[in-house]
Amino acid sequence: MSRMNLLQAVNNALDTAMAADERVLCFGEDVGVFGGVFRATSHLQEKYGRDRCFNTPLVEQGIVGFANGLAAQGSVPVAEIQFADYIFPAFDQLVNETAKFRYRSGNLFDVGGLTVRAPYGGGIAGGHYHSQSPEAYFAHTPGLTVVVPRNPHQAKGLLLASIRSPDPVIFFEPKRLYRASVGEVPDDDYELPLRQAEVVKAGEDITLLAWGAQLEVVEQAAEMAEEAGISCEIIDLRTIVPWDIDTVVESVLKTGRLIVSHEAPLTGGFAAEIAATVQSRCFLYLESPIERVTGLDTPFPLTLEKEYMPGPLKVLDAIHRTMDF
Amino acid sequence: MKKTRSTAKPVHKPVFANGDDIQIPVFTLLKPDGTLYAGASETSLDETTARRLYRAMLYTRVLDERMMAAQRQGRLSFYMQCTGEEAAVIGSTAALADADMIMAQYREQGALAYRGFTTDEFMDQLFGNERDTAHGRQMPIHYGSRDLHYLTISSPLATQIPQATGYAYGQKLAGQGHCTLTIFGEGAASEGDFHAALNMASVHKVPVIFLCRNNGYAISTPVTEQFAGDGVAARAFGYRMQSIRVDGNDVLAVYEATREARRLAVEDNEPVLIEAMTYRLAAHSSSDDPSGYRSKKEEEAWHKKDPLRRMQRWLIERGWWNEDEERELTESLRREVLETMKQAEKRRPPALERLVSDVYAETPALLREQLATLKAHIGRHPEAYPRSAPWLDGDTKTEGQA
Repeated sequence: MSRMNLLQAVNNALDTAMAADERVLCFGEDVGVFGGVFRATSHLQEKYGRDRCFNTPLVEQGIVGFANGLAAQGSVPVAEIQFADYIFPAFDQLVNETAKFRYRSGNLFDVGGLTVRAPYGGGIAGGHYHSQSPEAYFAHTPGLTVVVPRNPHQAKGLLLASIRSPDPVIFFEPKRLYRASVGEVPDDDYELPLRQAEVVKAGEDITLLAWGAQLEVVEQAAEMAEEAGISCEIIDLRTIVPWDIDTVVESVLKTGRLIVSHEAPLTGGFAAEIAATVQSRCFLYLESPIERVTGLDTPFPLTLEKEYMPGPLKVLDAIHRTMDF
Repeated sequence: MKKTRSTAKPVHKPVFANGDDIQIPVFTLLKPDGTLYAGASETSLDETTARRLYRAMLYTRVLDERMMAAQRQGRLSFYMQCTGEEAAVIGSTAALADADMIMAQYREQGALAYRGFTTDEFMDQLFGNERDTAHGRQMPIHYGSRDLHYLTISSPLATQIPQATGYAYGQKLAGQGHCTLTIFGEGAASEGDFHAALNMASVHKVPVIFLCRNNGYAISTPVTEQFAGDGVAARAFGYRMQSIRVDGNDVLAVYEATREARRLAVEDNEPVLIEAMTYRLAAHSSSDDPSGYRSKKEEEAWHKKDPLRRMQRWLIERGWWNEDEERELTESLRREVLETMKQAEKRRPPALERLVSDVYAETPALLREQLATLKAHIGRHPEAYPRSAPWLDGDTKTEGQA
């Protein structure tokens, strides 16, 4: 075990993957000798050489197109998009190519080796273009797997699983946690399961579902609610798609109440998908309407970021509304 | 010497450049009458390869004529012809090793024909039947073959070009002396993916050959409304890439240019851009009518430069081919295509399971549920789903027995 932050855990996972399999390559803008703007790829070029860890020109559609080709060839590319906000020039390559490679060829070709990593989410005073949470766009595309870790231990295990998954994965790293989230991380090579949510804390009265940095927020809200005698069950979805319906439904059948919380805007957010599925499967067990606590339907703001964000007090208010319904 | 900003010569008044001083010639060996230009060097094409190449050109022409007719008869939903561009597509393929990768756009069935894609394989894909390796998931002409190193076609334009750069980078690391050829039209070369691909290939010294079929039109848009510069070939200079323009209807020139490009790619890790000047003799697709945007006169002028006739004359001149052989082969290919088509169009559609398999390596639970729901629905309304309902009975029995 070593104590490390989420960024070091990502770096450690990449190092582990590259040491274990020489087909693993890491590349992106400023990823080479500089080690990435957040230093997620520090020392990888030094250790594994310029052929396996390198800078690319500044062209996201090229990075993902190149990565698709490499994965089709049999390499295991881990491409970095410098910020999730800048992934959109690569949207066509991800949605029309990555996601459909296996299906359209009848499994003659696939890009299962591909992992796209991108720092993601708000809370760092990043304004419109260094704060967004675009998971819902990709969740709407069959063929893609979207994963978001909540802490260093999860980040290493989920990233290693993503790199080795037979399907392409978009791995969003909550950048607010890069240095803020610190914990014990096994030094060994280990994987945590994809497509499996995790019950982080058991409870009886209400289910709180979130992912990534938002886990910390709902945990704080749950602590406050517990003081008022409300027992909260907390679930980390971990894989956004394909998502673990069973774990969520099992919890809601027990508690009868559900709050889903994410930073992304309300309308068309992934919470809507979860709410629709849960109401159809748990209709007669629900004690109150499913609540969503999310960002506002605005571009991500700067000065009023705290007001925009679905903070612990907003979640606490929703818990009370739900309990008092 | 590599031109970079740091080595550029300083000047003390504004000097603009637009590249007009650079003229890119057209490399050509074979005249439209099938004889060699004076001063044209002998080809390195041997008799066996030349015959294989011509056979593939003839096959492609026969296939295209027959399948376009089938589309007009309403037997096929859609079709695209390679007609007029066979030399560019097949001449370049012939210059590769058979294990080199090809990532094409959609009009390059000739490359597959050269590599031995069977008539059965063509027909099963065109009709999307139960034997189609892609299980009827894509429109006609979206072929692919892992064995023949031909990436499955994707409709969005130019997406395969940066993928070719990545694929070839992997080939370079694997060190087995393979390269990738990617083929696309001059319209697709306007997409961002094209520029991304060339820049990355040049920066990372990747063994990839970019072959542009400049056939004059992107559906209806002529090249004069596609770009203002000296064609597509000139763009390579911005990336400091080797570039050549070639007569795309001259199979010998295409072959020699690609052979040398392959040597540069594989031996020197130099990516190469080839612009093959050609003409789409047929419509863009079965959904297009070119009479709305180009003249008969223009088409007739290009018919006189037909790449098949040009090669045929050259072959006959050398004693490597004769007219009897041509007639017999054409007739037997026509029969083969027609007979195979008749069988393929009668085959069953893919099983219902194929709707949900291959989205992921392992089908997610939610998708399995969706399939079960769909089957139950079709079971209640079999008359509304005549193609898949018969499969349902078979499936149900199989499941019941298991």
